[in-house]
Amino acid sequence: MERIPILKMGAFLLVSIQVDMHDRLALQLQDDLTSRITETGAQGVLIDISSLEMVDSFIGRMLGNIAAMSRVLDAETVVVGMRPAVAITLVELGMSLVGVRTALNVERGMDLLSASLDEAGRENGRSPR
Amino acid sequence: MKSTGGTLPEIVRTHEQAILHEWMQRQMESIATRRDLMSEPDLHRQSREFLRAFVNASESGRLDDIHGAAWADVREMLSRVSESRALQGFSPTETATFVFSLKQPLFKQLRQTIPDGEALVDAIWATTAAIDALGLYTAEAYQTTRNEIIGRQQQEMLELSTPVVTLWTGILALPLIGTLDSARTQVVMENLLQRIVETGSLIAILDITGVPTVDTLVAQHLLKTVAAARLMGADCIISGIRPQIAQTIVHLGVDLNSVTTKATLADAFAIALKRTGQAVVRKSAASAGPAGAPAAGAD
Repeated sequence: MERIPILKMGAFLLVSIQVDMHDRLALQLQDDLTSRITETGAQGVLIDISSLEMVDSFIGRMLGNIAAMSRVLDAETVVVGMRPAVAITLVELGMSLVGVRTALNVERGMDLLSASLDEAGRENGRSPR
Repeated sequence: MKSTGGTLPEIVRTHEQAILHEWMQRQMESIATRRDLMSEPDLHRQSREFLRAFVNASESGRLDDIHGAAWADVREMLSRVSESRALQGFSPTETATFVFSLKQPLFKQLRQTIPDGEALVDAIWATTAAIDALGLYTAEAYQTTRNEIIGRQQQEMLELSTPVVTLWTGILALPLIGTLDSARTQVVMENLLQRIVETGSLIAILDITGVPTVDTLVAQHLLKTVAAARLMGADCIISGIRPQIAQTIVHLGVDLNSVTTKATLADAFAIALKRTGQAVVRKSAASAGPAGAPAAGAD
């Protein structure tokens, strides 16, 4: 069965959605990602949707859900590379993904994750991994 | 009706000069104040052309069917005339008068030529129906041209009023001018998001100094734009909020808490520089850096 690969990179997990998201794939990703976060103890998740050309309200909600679930599992989530058309569609659908952090591209997203990891490390009195 | 349709062209053809002369007189009277827009020879030429086309059409076609193929030339000419008049700034009445003022000279000739009362009434009725239809057609063509002009102006305004400017590295500004409606918001949003991608900007400043009124709809459009930019990973600052608008926003109960708002573009720019870790410093004798260049690491 078709799956979206989840790559581990240091303390972060990378998800790059390169295919058309359909509903079952999104649910599969939700399952896979949550179990990977618990397995690896990842502290950050970066979801790259720069290849995603079409979204509907379900996919929009899934993105929000995945981000919320990762946060519950103590992993900061950043959604990066959203296309202008996708952003407009989501806003028109009334889903502005409140609470999801966003960045323009993967590089910016990684910076954001590293910065928040540093901050968390400082707060908890431990060095960032 | 068919029979009178047959005699009308003959009458017009025979008395063309007389009819044309009187028609011209009537037209000159009605557009006396518009001499600056149209010269007499031009009007004369137009009138003669129209009269010829009218005769040809009424000869080959029926008077009560001006939408038929025989009248194609007349219609084409009328739309050309009303189009040019709409562009020149004639009023609808003045444009329609071009056709309607032909009635009187035509009727006069009909009365002189047809002695029989009943036939005369028939002829006049057929003629008046045809002229009325042509007049309405003229008015419609005029209206179409006006609508086209309005549409084009709206389009131009849309293009003029939604520039996205790069204020600094990573900082975009969007000076909004005029009322925001759905169509404009769409254009603004698309332009802004496109520029965010192109420039990789982190902050966009929406300046609403030029927005005359903010109602719930405009506020909603603004918030949509902010939300879309945030999805792309850029923060938005709304600036240029005038005192009255601040009052309106609060009275309307619009929630702008999620957005940074500043009174002036300068304030917004200052905070944008701070957030991106840049600063503008006054050039002094001690630090002679290039004026206006971003000095990194101020935050």
